[in-house]
Amino acid sequence: MASRSSPGAISRSGSLLKRFNNSRNALGFVFMLPAAIFLLGFLTYPLGLGVWLGFTDTRIGRAGDFVGLQNYFYLMDDQVFWLSVFNTVVYTLVASILKFALGLWLALILNEKLPFKSFFRAIVLLPWVVPTVLSALAFWWIYDAQFSILSWSLMKLGLIDQPINFLGDPFNARVSVIAANVWRGIPFVAISLLAGLQTIPVSLQEAASLDGATPWKRFRYVTLPMLTPIIAVVMTFSVLFTFTDFQLIYVLTKGGPVNATHLMATLSFQRGIPGGQLGEGAAIAVAMIPFLLASILFSFFGLQRRKWQQGGAD
Amino acid sequence: MNTQDSSAAPDELRDDAEGMSYLSHLPRRIVVIYLPLAIFVFVLLFPFYWMAITAVKPNSQLTDYENYSPFWVVGATLEHINYLLFQTSYPGWLWNTILVSVASTFLSLFASVFAAYAIERVRFTGARTTGLLIFLAYLVPPSILFIPLAFIVFNIGIYDSRFALIFTYPTFLIPFCTWLLMGYFRSIPYELEESALVDGATRWQILRRIILPLAVPGLISAGIFAFTLSWNEFIYALTFIQSSENKTIPVGVLTELVRGDIFEWGALMAGALFGSLPVVILYSFFVDHYVSSMTGAVKE
Repeated sequence: MASRSSPGAISRSGSLLKRFNNSRNALGFVFMLPAAIFLLGFLTYPLGLGVWLGFTDTRIGRAGDFVGLQNYFYLMDDQVFWLSVFNTVVYTLVASILKFALGLWLALILNEKLPFKSFFRAIVLLPWVVPTVLSALAFWWIYDAQFSILSWSLMKLGLIDQPINFLGDPFNARVSVIAANVWRGIPFVAISLLAGLQTIPVSLQEAASLDGATPWKRFRYVTLPMLTPIIAVVMTFSVLFTFTDFQLIYVLTKGGPVNATHLMATLSFQRGIPGGQLGEGAAIAVAMIPFLLASILFSFFGLQRRKWQQGGAD
Repeated sequence: MNTQDSSAAPDELRDDAEGMSYLSHLPRRIVVIYLPLAIFVFVLLFPFYWMAITAVKPNSQLTDYENYSPFWVVGATLEHINYLLFQTSYPGWLWNTILVSVASTFLSLFASVFAAYAIERVRFTGARTTGLLIFLAYLVPPSILFIPLAFIVFNIGIYDSRFALIFTYPTFLIPFCTWLLMGYFRSIPYELEESALVDGATRWQILRRIILPLAVPGLISAGIFAFTLSWNEFIYALTFIQSSENKTIPVGVLTELVRGDIFEWGALMAGALFGSLPVVILYSFFVDHYVSSMTGAVKE
């Protein structure tokens, strides 16, 4: 049968093919080749190139020279850079905690017996399916300084006297972008945790309640420990994507007002592409890597724990 | 359980209930489950409603909250949609987005099927390490790659063309698809392959005749998800594309429909709505595949 795939007339090449097929490493190499070309050429190489660019003064249209740590020294004294680091950390922390709390809550609700359960599960995920830029545009309109539907509703309810300046005031702008990010992130956390909840055997819950455990105790001592490994992974992803967020800020505030919502990613873009300072932009991007590594290590140990708990071989 | 009859009982009586039945009382269920669920659904869906209602509102009603209720529309208009489709480059952006998403999805699926099969089943030396590296590649965010990638894209001469996107999107699609397909391939019994090998089938035949047909659900999941990811991509498209005729929807809507201080909210929201619909329709047909691929990536 093997000869069918090779030209039958030339028996020598047929046997070569056979030998080739039997060599795991040669076959593995050929099969890995397409993916490897893309990932090495457009992922690994740019990652290294980015680190290198961070040490140069490259501008758009001009090859740069090696300038050592000059970009980093410059950033050390740059108030805006430190503000963006602060903003990124606050944004990530607050948004992640809210996403986790609300997402877990939603997951627990969806895990109950509900009519039209799969329908609810499907529509809840919509914010995550729709392109972020496009839903952010809707938020932009919802946050409009004059014609915000939120301001209008609150004014109708008599809670405020004048429209809220959602994106024009530093504090309000931060709250608004975090709210929009949480809105988009809840579905991912909720649906992933729901999948985790569904793997917890019902018998455990029943046994606990037979032993007289209150609902809170059942949650605290049965559900939560069983869910911890998946929470670790989901939240690592969530933190990672929140930390490197770009789209939402770019649409809603472009970093303003007075840089109050500039994240490291948006600052890196602003300095690198419109500003033309590729070297400096790359240096800001590189400054994000330590944070990302911390998240990845966290994820790694989260995964490890899961394997031990389940006694999985792999 | 005693749901219905006891729900009419006064509050003091209900507290005696024990065990799981505490949640079964209807009033309590309404407060603990249905009400929060309703609020969640309302908040999560409201922006879409607002998007849709704005897209069909005549300009005169858009900002006139005195005479018209902002939540409803009297005499819906197609004026914004008409403007969008016939007086802007929107159809071109839509075509670009479709082209780029389809091409990069197929490219990624092709590369991922081979990579996942090699890692999971050919088991070459270092397969496990490669699998781990693929997972790590999935965690590298586009926000730290776009500057060096812009540099590369420019130097190899595909800057400002659709190829710039078709070749760079696989950097985040391949790790995801490979990771997902590895999970699917793992679930296919070894025995099937062994018996085929004994019968003299080559690896290529096994992959094509046995593994791929069995992994169709996985391929659909990975494909749908990859398509959505590339449809939603923004930062690469914003950085690598300059000319209007090569832009994708997210970039086109944001950079060309937003001009000056006069926001044409109707047209903008129509653009957002039409840009969302294709992925939403696709999603509605394959909800289960979608959910399984999303949670599959998290659950390993």
